[in-house]
Amino acid sequence: MSYRILQKKILIPGQTTLLVIDAPHVAKKAKPGNFVILRTSDKGERIPLTIADCDAEAGTVTIVFLVVGKSTAELNTFEEGMSLPDFCGPLGKPTHIHKQGTVICVGGGTGVAAMHHIAKGHASAGNHVVAVIGARNKDLLLFCNELGTFCPEVLVATDDGSFGHKGFVTEVLKKRLEEDKDVSEVVAIGPVPMMEAVAKVTKPFGVKTTVSLNSIMVDGIGMCGACRCTVGGETKFACVDGPEFDGHQVDFGELRMRLGQFKAEEQESMQLFQHKCQCGEGK
Amino acid sequence: MDTKPEKKVIKKIPRTEMPTQPPMVRIRNYLEVALGYTDAEAKAEAARCIQCKKPLCRKGCPVEIDIKGFIGQLQKGDLPGAYKVLRDYNSLPAVCGRVCPQETQCEGECVLGKNPDKTGGPVCIGRLERYVADTFAARLAKGDSACLQITGEAACRMERPELKVACIGGGPSSLTVAGYLAALGIKVTVFEALHEVGGVLVYGIPEFRLPKGIVRREIDAMKALGVEFKTNWVGGKAILVQELLDQGYKAVFLGVGAGLPQFMNVPGENNIGVFSANEYLTRVNLGRAYDFPNFDTPIFKADNVAVIGGGNVAMDAARTALRLGAKNVYIVYRRTKDEMPARLEELEHAIEEGVQLQCLCGPLEFIGDENRRLTAIRLQKMCLGEPDASGRCRPVPIEGDTGELKVGLAVIAVGTRPNPILLEATPGLKLNKRGYIEADPETGETSIFGVFAGGDIVTGAATVISAMGAGRRAAKEIARRLLGDEA
Repeated sequence: MSYRILQKKILIPGQTTLLVIDAPHVAKKAKPGNFVILRTSDKGERIPLTIADCDAEAGTVTIVFLVVGKSTAELNTFEEGMSLPDFCGPLGKPTHIHKQGTVICVGGGTGVAAMHHIAKGHASAGNHVVAVIGARNKDLLLFCNELGTFCPEVLVATDDGSFGHKGFVTEVLKKRLEEDKDVSEVVAIGPVPMMEAVAKVTKPFGVKTTVSLNSIMVDGIGMCGACRCTVGGETKFACVDGPEFDGHQVDFGELRMRLGQFKAEEQESMQLFQHKCQCGEGK
Repeated sequence: MDTKPEKKVIKKIPRTEMPTQPPMVRIRNYLEVALGYTDAEAKAEAARCIQCKKPLCRKGCPVEIDIKGFIGQLQKGDLPGAYKVLRDYNSLPAVCGRVCPQETQCEGECVLGKNPDKTGGPVCIGRLERYVADTFAARLAKGDSACLQITGEAACRMERPELKVACIGGGPSSLTVAGYLAALGIKVTVFEALHEVGGVLVYGIPEFRLPKGIVRREIDAMKALGVEFKTNWVGGKAILVQELLDQGYKAVFLGVGAGLPQFMNVPGENNIGVFSANEYLTRVNLGRAYDFPNFDTPIFKADNVAVIGGGNVAMDAARTALRLGAKNVYIVYRRTKDEMPARLEELEHAIEEGVQLQCLCGPLEFIGDENRRLTAIRLQKMCLGEPDASGRCRPVPIEGDTGELKVGLAVIAVGTRPNPILLEATPGLKLNKRGYIEADPETGETSIFGVFAGGDIVTGAATVISAMGAGRRAAKEIARRLLGDEA
């Protein structure tokens, strides 16, 4: 069985790409918050990616990825019509979604894609969803229009002020929380420092804060414990106990440290890949 | 061989050793350690079997192989005949010949083992099983049907596509169910969560003990018999048990394995350089990290490595670390060498290769530097106390006696606990006190009618062959229900 790429959209050239993949049995079961694991070749490693969107009727699953290393660079070479050899999901516990009032969904970087699926889930449950997204500048903003189709409020922060608030998403979030005491939950997905900062902002407000952890994984089904993290002083596995946890309980320092575990190997792999690409192009 | 058994005089003939790669050569490669018998060696070893009237060896085998029968065929020089006997009981003989703990099973019961000074010791049943499976497969001509390989018969029975059975999990127990039922013409679909079928045979047991080509050979043969393998399908996520029953599967077998690695709950356990044995071995075996960067999955390396635990998984991890270039590899175990649950052969191989034993101690803390990278393990020294429920002496900490072992990599191999994914997604599935599936010991049937289970998800972590035994019992019951007297 192989998994055909039905659509490829370059969101940020050389950096962020969206793929729509034909995987009916995954699409049928996938819920917001779930992730998939894919491989790009028979020699490939297992790459976990949070689902950005899915369409059960069309049988498609959408993923968005940032080119950070060899495996994602290789994934970026796939074009429409080509197929991935392995695509496994849905994995992880889905987001706990119920009608609860106002939910603020904060997304940073590629995390906006995963946040999009969760925000959509909250919106269809009848919640008032406020999306807060950020990027370095307006050209790097993801899913801004898509979020607008179901979120009554889309608040934007850019580092250079080219769109929305000049500054960080946390500043926008804080202001929004100060204006409205009835926010029932804040969801944050993005780089670790962002999620940590969001948790810090929401703490004094006493708002339930959910973060989605992008730990290193191997199997993604609980077998290996590579993704273990400390939540409320207890070791949890992001793949089967999460990936979503209470942001006020997560040991972000440990998570950041563990994410750097294979930095040297990742660089070695990437250099070799880039070298091969150059040779392939006859340079 | 012409003398009648009762008049047989047993001569002392030593067990025929199996050639191995020399230790200092094999720790530089990832190839199989034991090289297998030559024809002459197999013939000599088979001749040692006295063909007891009432063989005890068979009672020691979890799948009750007719050991006397297959060795008898070998004595006659009938290799296909020997293979046919093995295959009638065991769908993975090449695997079992390598990884079974024969010394506590068939060979432990062999009558020649009762008085080794006079007999030379038990017949090397495992080595002969491996010889038969490997040699038979090697002699199959290209184009010979897989059916010949599986059933020893040139043509398979008619397929019965209307009789569908599903297996969740692609390890030894499910493969046994699939092999058994497919040979009867029943249509089996195996749902495997990972990208490769074989379970512990591919992610856990290293290449140097069980070459993956052997596992693939068995699986390819099953494919040719009509078994369908669906990889990347997680039972309890992509597919539910009830959905399979609703889709017309007449029975569902759950063989999802032991599951989650146990950690020890000591400080510093999440530091960089501390791994579960499952992660360490999965990266190396399933991910082929020993061939990084040719393969993409990376592995963590260090000059000094400690493996915590004394079982076969610990031995596999320690010997893997040596092959990845570690200078010092320690097995840290809280009891002594004599209490280690590992097979003697594995322990001996590990020691030959240079693995150092640090017995009677256990980790108190995994010490990290300012970047939380592991630098040492603080150890609690132990002594042996009274026997516990397992019959082994309980390790008792010696108060105030601690030490430090400088290592950059620690691999924790202290067992597993049940994986919750399928269990949580299957309402009505009764679990036992330890959280594993409750299954009828005779038939493997669970609390849900038509749903069977076997292997580590029922017993907790055990051996490949015991999982296969459970698979075989379940398969027999499924066949009886589906085919009636025909089975």
